[in-house]
Amino acid sequence: MPTLTIDDQQVTVDQGTTILDAAKKLGISIPHFCYHPRLTKVDACRMCLVEVKDAPKLVTSCSNAVRDNMVVFTGTPKVEEARKSILEFILINHPLDCPICDKAGECKLQDYYFRYSCQPSRFKDYKVKKHKVVDLGAKMVLDSERCVVCSRCVRFCTEVAGEENLGIFNRGDHSEIGTYPGKKIEHNYQGNLADICPVGALTAKDFRFKCRSWLLCKVDTICPGCSNGCNAVVHFALRSFNGIKGQRVFRLTPRENNDVNKIWLCDVGRWGYSFVDSIDRLTTPALKKGEDFVKSDWDTVLRETASGLKTVVERYGPSAVGVIPSPHLTNEDLYALKCLFSCVLKVTNIDFKLPGLDKGEGDKLLLKADRHPNTRGAELLGLSGTGLSAEAMMEKVKTGEIKALYLAGSDPVKYIGEKAEEALSRAELLIFQGTNFNASCKLARVILPGATFVEKEGTFTNYQGRLQKINKALEPLGDAQADWEIFTRLGKRLGAYPSYRCAEEVFKDMAGEVAPFTGLSYGKIGPQGIKIVDK
Amino acid sequence: MPKPILSKNFGKKNAHSLGVYIQDGGYEAMKKALTEMKPEQIIQEVDKSGLKGRGGAGFPVGKKWSFIPKEATKPKYLVINADEGEPGTYKDRPIMECDPHAVVEGAIITCFAVGIHWAGIYVRGEYVKSIERLEGAINEAYAKGYLGKNILGMGFDLDMVVHRGAGAYICGEETGLLESFEGKKGQPRMKPPFPAIVGLFQGPTVINNVESIAAIPHIVKNGGEWFNGLGAPGIGGGVKLFPVSGHVKKPGVYELPMGTPLREIIYKHAGGIRGDKKLKAVIPGGASAPVLKPEEIDVPMEYANLAKIGSMMGSGAVIVMDEDTDLVKTLRVLMCFYAHESCGKCTPCREGTGWMAKIIKRIEKGEGESADLDTIVSIANGIRGRTLCPLGDAAIGPALSFVTKFRQEFEDYIKVGAG
Repeated sequence: MPTLTIDDQQVTVDQGTTILDAAKKLGISIPHFCYHPRLTKVDACRMCLVEVKDAPKLVTSCSNAVRDNMVVFTGTPKVEEARKSILEFILINHPLDCPICDKAGECKLQDYYFRYSCQPSRFKDYKVKKHKVVDLGAKMVLDSERCVVCSRCVRFCTEVAGEENLGIFNRGDHSEIGTYPGKKIEHNYQGNLADICPVGALTAKDFRFKCRSWLLCKVDTICPGCSNGCNAVVHFALRSFNGIKGQRVFRLTPRENNDVNKIWLCDVGRWGYSFVDSIDRLTTPALKKGEDFVKSDWDTVLRETASGLKTVVERYGPSAVGVIPSPHLTNEDLYALKCLFSCVLKVTNIDFKLPGLDKGEGDKLLLKADRHPNTRGAELLGLSGTGLSAEAMMEKVKTGEIKALYLAGSDPVKYIGEKAEEALSRAELLIFQGTNFNASCKLARVILPGATFVEKEGTFTNYQGRLQKINKALEPLGDAQADWEIFTRLGKRLGAYPSYRCAEEVFKDMAGEVAPFTGLSYGKIGPQGIKIVDK
Repeated sequence: MPKPILSKNFGKKNAHSLGVYIQDGGYEAMKKALTEMKPEQIIQEVDKSGLKGRGGAGFPVGKKWSFIPKEATKPKYLVINADEGEPGTYKDRPIMECDPHAVVEGAIITCFAVGIHWAGIYVRGEYVKSIERLEGAINEAYAKGYLGKNILGMGFDLDMVVHRGAGAYICGEETGLLESFEGKKGQPRMKPPFPAIVGLFQGPTVINNVESIAAIPHIVKNGGEWFNGLGAPGIGGGVKLFPVSGHVKKPGVYELPMGTPLREIIYKHAGGIRGDKKLKAVIPGGASAPVLKPEEIDVPMEYANLAKIGSMMGSGAVIVMDEDTDLVKTLRVLMCFYAHESCGKCTPCREGTGWMAKIIKRIEKGEGESADLDTIVSIANGIRGRTLCPLGDAAIGPALSFVTKFRQEFEDYIKVGAG
C-alpha cells in the first residue's frame, strides 16, 4: 500500500487509488467537474490539477494513481493560478444567468468561482450562442450555454442507464450536448442527470423555476416508490414560495448507499412524491351522511369507529371483522395495527396481500415490480395468512359474513376492480384510513386521514430485508395523523392498549416482541439502514 | 548529394505499381526480414538507426515497438498515421501516391518484428489519390502473397486495410485517431493507459507515421548504422523529408540529412526568397512550431536543436514568410484553424483557442487594444501544459511566439491598422 504526502500530511491508501481520492481521505477536497466516482474517467475538465513534486507539469488528480513517496500539493500558487484560469475559460462563454438558474446555490461552477477565483471577466468579445431550452424528452430540459461539457450526462446514459441517445455534437467551443437525430432520452433514470450535472445545464421539468434551492430544507428519507428502498433526501419548503400554493415538497434526491441504490434514484420514485401535497389529500376526519361526506373531528370519528367495531365484534364475533393494511405503512404503523386488531379485538382476518400488489413494471437497475416500500416488513410482522385472504374477505363482505372492513391505506378497488367495488358498497361498516381520496375511500362510512412518509417517523424493510428509517420533515397536512397514532387512540377506546407517544416507543415494543427486530433501536439502525434478515 | 531514399520514387513513372517497385529492389527488405532475421534483430536495427517518429513528436521508433507486451490476451495492432493535417505539411502524401509499396513493405516488416497480424492505415479523407494508390498496392501485395496467410511460406500472417478519415485535425493525434478508427467521435483519450498497452479496440497498438514506416525497409536492407550515418555529422538520425512552402523560389518536398541547417534548406535547396525579398519569419516544423526570426535560422533542423531555441521539429514542414507578410493576418488564420479544430473535450483548449481567435480577429478588424496582446499571452499560459492532448500546446506555439517576437508589428496594427 503506497504512502504519500499531500499538503504535508501523510496518508496510506490502496494501490491504484487516485490522488483525488487519497486527498479526500485526508479531508482535502479538490475541485472537479468531469470526475464522478460512479462513472468512467475522461480527464476533460482539468479543474482537478495539482502539483506533484518533480513532475514537469501539473497533473490531473482524478485520473492519476498515487505512487509510494509521492509528494502532492493542492494549494500552491501554481495550482491556484491553474484553477483560476480554468474557471475563466469556462466562464467566458457562460451566460452568467445565475439569478434565474435553478442550479444556483448548489452549482459547482458558482461555488468554485466564489472559492477559487472571484475575478472580474477579461472577456470582451461575443459569447458563443448555443441552444437553450432544448427538450430532451418528457422530463429534462437542456441549456447548452450553461454546459461545461464535462460529459457526465453522456456517460451516465450509456454506462448506467444503458441508453445511447445522448452525445456531444460539434467541436471546440461549439461543443454541445444533444440527443441523436430523432431520439429523446427515454430511460427511467433521467432525474439523476440533473443531480450529476455540475451546473444548471440539465434541469428537471418537475423542478424548473419552482423554488430557489437555498429555500429548501432537507431531511433524510427512504423513497416509498417501490420495495427497493432507495435512500433519498426530501427537499421541502416550510412556507410556499413563488406563488405555488400548497406545494411543500419540491423534490426527492438520492442519498448514497452502495448496498441499495448506489447513488441513483429512478424517475418513478423520484417524481412520485406529488401525492403529498395533492388536491385529493385527506386532511380532516369525515363521516358519510347520505351520499356525501361531512367533515368531522377526531373525537367523533374515533368514537364512531370504536363503537362500530365493538358492536360488530360483540354481536358477530371477531370473524365478522376484516382488515386490509397497505405495505405503504411503516413497520410501526403495522405493528400498532396488529396490536389493535389481533391482540385487543382478536381479529384474525388480516391480510395485506391484495392480488396484483407486486405486478408493476420493474427494471434491472433499481425499480422493483412491487411498488410498496414495506412489503417485507408486513410479511415479517405476520400480516398475512392468519385468517382469510384479502380476496376471500371481499367475498365474505359481499355475502354479509364480514360486517366491518377496515382499510388501512389499502385500495382494494384499484387491485380487484368491480368485484371489490360491489363488496365494499355492501359492507355494513367500511372504515378507510389513508392519505389520499381513492375509489375505495369513496365507499367508506368513516374516513380517518393518515400522514404521508414525509410527515411521520418510522421504518421500512426493503426487499433485501434491510431495515431503514424515514424521518419526519413536515407536520401532517391539516388534521391528518400518523397511522400508528390513530391506532393508539382507537386502541385506548377499545381496551387495554399501550399509550404510545411516538413511533420510537412503538418500535421499542416491536423490538421486544417480533423476532427479526429483536435488540434493535432507532439508534442502531444508522443512516444506511441495517440488514435484519438474510434475503 | 547522396542518392535519395524516401523520395526516390517521387515523380517516377508507374513507381506505385508492384512491378516497378520490385524491379527497383522492392520487397527485398521484407524477404530479408522474414527469412534471415529474428524479430528482436529487426528492432535492434531500428534502434541503431536513430529513427525518430516522423509524425511530429519524435519518439524513437524502436523504443516505441519495444513497449508492446510480448504476451497479450488481446490482438495487437499496427496503425499507420496518414492523417497528414498539420498546416504546411505535405510529405506523407507523395510517399503514399508515388511509393505506396514502401508503406506496405514497411508495415509487413514492422508487424513481423512486433508480432502483429493486422495493420490499418488511417488516411486523411481528402487524400483521395493516396487512398487509391494504397488500396492498389495492398491488393497487389495480397495477389503476390506478401499479405494474407503464410507470407513467403514463413508461417506469418498479416492483413492490411485502408481506413479513410473524415476530416479532423485532432484525428492525427494518436488516441483521437484510434477513437475515430473505432468509429467514434475523434477525441483524444486519457493517458495512461498508453496505446502500446491499451490501443485500438483495447489491444496493444503500435502507431507510426507514414514516413517512419516507409523508412523501415531501407533500414532493414542497409542496416541501422547506415541509416543513422545519413544524418548530419554529430547529429545522425538518418534522412528526413522537409516540405517547404511559402515565399520561396522553389517550394517542394526536400529529402535532406537530419540536422541540415534551416538556412541551407531555405536558401540553397528552396532557392531563397521569392523576388529576392528579405526574410521576415519562418515556421520550422508545421503550424504548431513556434515561429523563428531571420537571425535564428542557422539552427540545425533536428529535434533537440530546435527545442533548445524554443521551437520544435514537428513534421519538419518549413513555412517561409517574406518581408511583406502581414503577421496579424497570418496569426488570425492559424488561430482560427486551431479554434476550428479543437475537439472541445478539455476546457483550456476548447475555450482558450476560441478566445484567442476572437481577440486576434478583433485586432485585425482594427478594434484591438494593447492589453489584448497581454491577454493572448496569459490565455496561452493558461493552456500551456494543462490540456488533455498536445493540440492545446500546438495552438499556443504560434500565438505566443508571434505576439512576443513580433510584438511591435501587433502594436502598430492596433494603433494605426493594417497600414
